[in-house]
Amino acid sequence: MSTRTLPLLFINLGGEMLYILDQRLRAQNIPADKAKKGRWQLIYTRELMKQELFKPQELYSKKALRTVFDRLAHASIMRLNQASMDKLYDLMTMAFKYQVLLCPRPKDILLVSFNHMDAIRDFVKDTPGILSQVDETNKQLIEIYTPLSGGEFQLIRQTLLIFFQDMHIRVSIFLKDKVQNSNGRFVLPTSGPVPYGTHIPGLIRIFSCSGEELRRMQFRDGGNYSATLREGSFEMYGDRVIKLGTNMYSVSRPVETHMSGTSKNSSQHTKVNTTPNPLAKEELNLLARLMGGLEVQKSTNTDSGFRVNLFATDEEEEEALISRPDELSYEVISIQATKDKQTNAALAKIMGEFGETSEPAPSSSSKGDDLLAMMDGL
Amino acid sequence: MSKMYHKEKSIQLKSSASALYNNLSVLRIAPRCITYFTVVHANVVNMVSASWDGLNYSHRQLQSKEGNVATSSSLIMQAAWCVLPSRDLLVLTSQKGIQMYESDGSIMVYWHALDTPETPTAKAVFARGIAAVREKYICVGVSSGSVLVFDVPSKGSNITLSEVLEEHKEAITDMASECSGNLECIADLVSADDSGLLCVWKSGEDFQLLNKIPGFDTSCSSVKLWKGTVIAGYGTGQIRLYEGVTGILLAEVNAHARWIYSLDIAPFTGLLISAAEDSWVRVWHLSLTPETNSVEIEHMYNECVTDTQICGARFCDGDGYAFAVTGYDLSEIIRYTQA
Repeated sequence: MSTRTLPLLFINLGGEMLYILDQRLRAQNIPADKAKKGRWQLIYTRELMKQELFKPQELYSKKALRTVFDRLAHASIMRLNQASMDKLYDLMTMAFKYQVLLCPRPKDILLVSFNHMDAIRDFVKDTPGILSQVDETNKQLIEIYTPLSGGEFQLIRQTLLIFFQDMHIRVSIFLKDKVQNSNGRFVLPTSGPVPYGTHIPGLIRIFSCSGEELRRMQFRDGGNYSATLREGSFEMYGDRVIKLGTNMYSVSRPVETHMSGTSKNSSQHTKVNTTPNPLAKEELNLLARLMGGLEVQKSTNTDSGFRVNLFATDEEEEEALISRPDELSYEVISIQATKDKQTNAALAKIMGEFGETSEPAPSSSSKGDDLLAMMDGL
Repeated sequence: MSKMYHKEKSIQLKSSASALYNNLSVLRIAPRCITYFTVVHANVVNMVSASWDGLNYSHRQLQSKEGNVATSSSLIMQAAWCVLPSRDLLVLTSQKGIQMYESDGSIMVYWHALDTPETPTAKAVFARGIAAVREKYICVGVSSGSVLVFDVPSKGSNITLSEVLEEHKEAITDMASECSGNLECIADLVSADDSGLLCVWKSGEDFQLLNKIPGFDTSCSSVKLWKGTVIAGYGTGQIRLYEGVTGILLAEVNAHARWIYSLDIAPFTGLLISAAEDSWVRVWHLSLTPETNSVEIEHMYNECVTDTQICGARFCDGDGYAFAVTGYDLSEIIRYTQA
């Protein structure tokens, strides 16, 4: 469907990921020096703002996108176990699904994206190198998306909704705020301000052939709608008005998902993706960029790096991994970037085609230190 | 005060409905006392046939095709039955092309491939908007704005592309043919696009453009043509009625708080149904006096499908005695009949 969907999906999911990890690190009381004062945010942000995202292309399959985010999450010294990674991805996707569904107008998805971009900019504002990348990406978003019509945005929205189809994972913060029902479906209120450009339902007007209004009548619409709010800003800086896409995690709120209630919905779970090869060439390209010299993180190295747990305790995390329903398992494609010579050669060739600035390959000493050294050099 | 409609037993689907305009099509087969329903889920069309006694349901799934490839990930934009005097065909429009099946979905009789570029372009390519016109035409819209006119013989697969109408510049959203059964109506077809532009046509060897009714910067997602009157539903939640040939605006309704996804008319009674992302299904009654070009619209009924963005709503019969509704992420067709 729409070939303009991937950047919005990537940036919004990435934004949610930063919010969640930020909250988890605070909750886990990771010492400031160990967390290296948010360097992981810089690394992730840099990875998120990749320019080739913006070329017209079909959406990645669910598998492929999950793999991309797996690699992203492991790009820094932060380490997540399988269960935590699954949960992180659940939270990210359900949050963005919620935002897409609740957007008053399809075009407001762009305002949601700007909310994420504004927050990302705030994370990296002290690092000029990355900040300019964020600004660049922001400019591209404005350039590409602001000219699109409402109908084209609706097509983007419909494409995203197909991607999120049948996902009903329950999220604690949504359940508590009563924006999600216990069956995993989001609450759609029939009250509140109407979208910008829409009239409050209720009025019928009849016209004569010459165009003058003959009479008007009211009908009872059954809802409780109010006048529209002002339109949010589509500029680099401005009041977005819409709150969707801002950081909903404060320090004290836990981020949990419930697995137990979802098996009821499993009968409705259908595989939308029928692509035989989940990683087409374009997707390999992006993966290559992301991996660009980085090796797959081994979780045995406990000296440098710190482990992020999306659950309250280690025991819970382990339990979650064991009890995760089959139909909710993400089939992640594992690519042994350095071990498989053939893949490596293919990737090297693909990377060569891009001719991007190559980063110095990390030496064999601990990965964490090398990444930090790289960051210091910015 | 008694309700006009009450809820009936839902029909379960094999997979949930996708958020697409006009995502429900109904074919009533009186001689066999069954009704067919189709609902699109990504690259699959779910077809259910339901016997009128409520005892028998059978399911079939059709996939989007890509020439020789057996299965494809090409997404389907719309599925609809085209009722012609001699035959009924089920038409599927997707990112790759147009498929036409015998009405029970058993045999594909025709495939038309769209010109899809090698590498994806900024503007998506797909077909959307399906209408059967008069005795022998099936018209299908394309994302470029073109309307393809297919000539359909009374039987067999010798379907040919007879004409391409180029009036729209934006992607076609929906199309509708005159459904009153009145052969004296001049206008046969209306096509709508993402800019809200409505084109009114007279069919024939060469289709003739009768009128272009400009939009107001809002997509028209669903359109109907009844007794020469164009009934259009917009992204702003408004419904507008225009006299088709002259383009005169007859009525305007602030009907919904969100994007309208589906409109349908019961041609024998003038009942109109509208459904939107705001969870509301509304039934209206239209009466037209063609001599004076005047219209009456009366609001009849509201139904809120809780926590659901509705994507399809259709009457199940020509009187509007029953209607059916689909919603995004819902794996059922919800039905209502008059109390």
